[in-house]
Amino acid sequence: MHYDDKNKATEKAKNLTKIGIEKVRNNKPLETIETPIGKRVLVIGGGIAGIQAALDLGDAGYEVHLVEKNATIGGRMAQLSRTFPTNDCAACILGSKMAAIPKNKNIKLSNYSEIEKIEGTIGNFNVTIRKKPTYVHADACVSCGDCVAPCPVSLKDEMQWGVTKRKSIYLPIDFAVPNKYLIDGDKCLNIKAQKKTGEPSKVCRLCEKACHQGAIDFSMKAEKEEFIVDTIIVATGHDVFDATRKPEYGYGKYENVMIAPEVERVIVHKGEGTPTIDMGERIAFIQCVGSRDEQIGREYCSRVCCMYATKLSQLIKSMANVNGENKDIYVFYTDMRTFGKGYEEYYKATQRMGVKFVRGRPAEVIEDSVTKKLIIKVEDTLNNIIIESEFDKVVLSVGMQLSEGGNEIAEILKLPKSEDGFLQEAHPKFRPVDTSKDGIFIAGTAQGPKDIPDSVAQASATAARAMRLMNQGKITEEPLKAFIETDLCDGCELCINSCPPNAITMQNGKVVVNPVMCKGCGMCIASCHADAIDLNMYTNRQMLAEVEAALKDKKEDERIVLIFANDMCGYKLADSVGTAKKAYSDAIRIIKVPSTSRITPQLMLQAFSMGADGILLADCEIKSSDFAGSIETAINYVDKVKNILTEIDEDPERVMIFQFATVMLPKFVALMNQMSDIAYKNKPISDKNKEIIHKNISKWLFEK
Amino acid sequence: MKIPYYPGCTLKSTAKHFEDSAIESAKKLGIEFVELPRWNCCGVVASLADDDIMHHLAPVRNMIRVLEMNRDGLVKNEKRLLTLCSMCYSTLKRSNQRVNELIDDLDVLNDFMYKEEVNYDGSVKIVHFLEILKEMGFDKIKESVTKSLENLNVAAYYGCKLLRPKEIGIDNSEVPIIFEDFISAISAKPVDWRNKSKCCGSFLTVDNKDVVVELGYSILTNAQKSGADIIVTTCPLCAYNLDNRQKNIKEKYPEFKEIPVVYFTQLMALAFGLSKEVTGFDGNYIDPVKLLKSKNIKV
Amino acid sequence: MIKRVKIKSSNRDFLKKVETLSGEDITVCDRCGVCTGSCPLTIEMEISPSNIMKMVQLGQEDVMDYNSMWVCSTCNYCTARCPRGLDVSKVTEALRQIKLRQSFDKIDIDKIPKEELRELPQIALIGAFRRLTS
Repeated sequence: MHYDDKNKATEKAKNLTKIGIEKVRNNKPLETIETPIGKRVLVIGGGIAGIQAALDLGDAGYEVHLVEKNATIGGRMAQLSRTFPTNDCAACILGSKMAAIPKNKNIKLSNYSEIEKIEGTIGNFNVTIRKKPTYVHADACVSCGDCVAPCPVSLKDEMQWGVTKRKSIYLPIDFAVPNKYLIDGDKCLNIKAQKKTGEPSKVCRLCEKACHQGAIDFSMKAEKEEFIVDTIIVATGHDVFDATRKPEYGYGKYENVMIAPEVERVIVHKGEGTPTIDMGERIAFIQCVGSRDEQIGREYCSRVCCMYATKLSQLIKSMANVNGENKDIYVFYTDMRTFGKGYEEYYKATQRMGVKFVRGRPAEVIEDSVTKKLIIKVEDTLNNIIIESEFDKVVLSVGMQLSEGGNEIAEILKLPKSEDGFLQEAHPKFRPVDTSKDGIFIAGTAQGPKDIPDSVAQASATAARAMRLMNQGKITEEPLKAFIETDLCDGCELCINSCPPNAITMQNGKVVVNPVMCKGCGMCIASCHADAIDLNMYTNRQMLAEVEAALKDKKEDERIVLIFANDMCGYKLADSVGTAKKAYSDAIRIIKVPSTSRITPQLMLQAFSMGADGILLADCEIKSSDFAGSIETAINYVDKVKNILTEIDEDPERVMIFQFATVMLPKFVALMNQMSDIAYKNKPISDKNKEIIHKNISKWLFEK
Repeated sequence: MKIPYYPGCTLKSTAKHFEDSAIESAKKLGIEFVELPRWNCCGVVASLADDDIMHHLAPVRNMIRVLEMNRDGLVKNEKRLLTLCSMCYSTLKRSNQRVNELIDDLDVLNDFMYKEEVNYDGSVKIVHFLEILKEMGFDKIKESVTKSLENLNVAAYYGCKLLRPKEIGIDNSEVPIIFEDFISAISAKPVDWRNKSKCCGSFLTVDNKDVVVELGYSILTNAQKSGADIIVTTCPLCAYNLDNRQKNIKEKYPEFKEIPVVYFTQLMALAFGLSKEVTGFDGNYIDPVKLLKSKNIKV
Repeated sequence: MIKRVKIKSSNRDFLKKVETLSGEDITVCDRCGVCTGSCPLTIEMEISPSNIMKMVQLGQEDVMDYNSMWVCSTCNYCTARCPRGLDVSKVTEALRQIKLRQSFDKIDIDKIPKEELRELPQIALIGAFRRLTS
């Protein structure tokens, strides 16, 4: 806004109009980009999140292929006793969801299967899965269970966290879906022998003899299946922290130290009347094992442990009350994070039952070698005392981490992970279930620790997000995309690494841009020494023409500072300067760009060689993962130009980059004026230096 | 192999038997300790205040000596400095880490020591004898054992300085095994016990011997309950607090049964069949010979 | 009577001083108590290590009136276990230094009995003089 000098203001207005005209003059006709997309979805992971997403999509008429690596779906929720804060039996509420999967004619379930390979992009993901052999024909097996008794191999049941045993031929859990028996190929004597010799074996075929249906088939082989989907939902869940990594708590060494998932199974079996582990009279819960701990590289909070420890202590106490037993339960916590709906009330109810909550994080657990009881030494930080007490059982509330399967899928799909090791969402607030890859969504504990309500909510959210893309049969986008001048491309491949969504690939010796994956940031442009890659709506020619128009008629006493402002933040801020009627220097010319990384060092140097007195790049303060790495790239470019200016004895402060939040109006105005001051303080760049820059751009930027 | 060796003050006086048994045992393994010329006291405790440069001077001077040893051909390309006393190990190593992190402080130190012929460049590595033994391979130690100690249940007392802070630890701070592996290598039986790295009280023994008595009692009785016949240590201060202070422990706890505390190199020398002068058991306060005789081990 | 404390801005100076001397981010401590549970010297301390951290956080200079900082043997058990990665022994050293640098000696050589002095190995004496005297 230039209140003081109306003539100057008019001149500037004319200049700005010229800039706009040059941009438009260099426009070429563009069409919206349309990509066809079908209705096929791959859901990886059959836990509660995967199940919910599959059901939502199946009910909406989409074709779902649900792939689960275990023999049964249900995931971690199937291993719980009851769920907070309602104390609903997990198997009951989950069971009906699980049963709905095979009933839904739009859902195809591939259990006991793993993803081998996924290639391609949205609308065309080529998936290869490998179904492991169960050695039991599902269509013949009637789940009678006669095969179990004769089996000689007894093993710890992993589904039951080792609290009970199973045989080598087994039903994963009584409410398993599919409800079919299978043989553990790593532990079955016959199959082990078969694998060694490569020949059919007769070492032990007792189950085969016992089966009236003839369902058992030791010759079964793994099967591969290939199919194409349009979108993918990753719901691979979590593993729990390996408590042996905290040796001071003695898990794995002391028999009476347990982890919380084991206690879930003890409670389930006690409810069924099956005796398993006697929890004794005095039980201690230690919170934050594997969470909030820099010593083992797990700084984050696992979100559910406060609640599940409260739940387990509540359940143990109430079961004891029913049986007339006495239990002394202590929960040693650092914070009680009971934030959800009904959670605080649940915590209070547990306190009312007489469970004692002590604020202190135990340093170590010591075992009495004779009684095998455990002594915990802990500071009650609210009471300023040190408690040394004996317990019958110590339960470690272990935290969550990305599952092994999740890690594998992240590798296959090249999904980025957050600092906490979980899969990273596209934007923490506004795109919590998208990933930076179009068409791939994440839900449940794969994205981060959370409880069941949040997992289900996220799952339905991914279904909605996927449907949003697939519903209209095609994806339409603005043509703000990079394109290749194929004749000029020399196949050096430098642009490929510069593209955050990996939209550029090599084909027949030249690069090709996938228009669906390209986000139009322009980071690739600077990497090309052959001018072979360019950006629609912001072509090199357009940018240069705009700069030229701004500087062509510059007078001797005039100074011109170019501000390249990015669409999302910088340009919006510039607009608001106008609507707020703030005054600033008349030297400023504002030019819009999609991202400041579009402004190549070449362009900045060309601008200086044409007489620019200053350049300011105005970008976002927020981290937008669409253009991941763009700010770092732009800062890099600015540093390059600063160095070059210093070398030719020009003021490096002439070029600057700043990250703005859209509320930083005063800062924006201050910076504009600051740049203008620098421009006026210095003489314009000498003709000699302009020549030098013009002649050496290629040499400086592209020669090693 | 020739390696620069830093004795530290106490190893030349009240803990001479530590040094003697170490040097002779090392010889048997082909390791020659080349004593640092003109070494000075390391200062015993590590300098912990962040603004302190002064107290790093003493350790750094010793590291300069290592560089000089290399320059003068006393050792060839050997920038490791071996210590026996774990207190010296900790102090030297922590100082070394600090001056490597803060190059400016190192410059100040080098400037201050302008009379020194060599500037310290941060290249020396501080190692404890146990690390050298592990690197050599405990099997080699097994080969040199001529006297079996198989009846001897030994509790390894790491003390705090070998394992903490984690940046300088010679093994995992919660479940270390290096000392136990050593004990097995010299044919004795290592005992698994809880208080292996519980602090003995350290310098508090000077004016607060009551607390040292309590700590010592707790450590020693735990070793005894876990089945130990004898305790090995690697620090003269721990040895004093656990060995000599047993008379004070006995005063407060009359039912306390004494247990010998020896340096690990003394047991190593014993296992290698070295003489009485080398094993130096008369230097220990609680007499180990009686116990060893009861285990049919000839001294 | 329960202690009443007025937290003034000047209390920040004390915290800053201890933070600079120790190099530790004391404001990050949330008093979980692992340091206290690990410390073998709590049998002798008047206030616990985690209490020391919290008092320093709030700028309560009377933390130095208690014996705790003098009976820390710098064994680093707390350091190895702190879930926030803090080194409590450096904080106690900072507190000791604040006192010692005012020409204060915690131990008086003359008060140590002669027989003891004769028996104590030099490593004990030097260590004690370094940590407990100016």
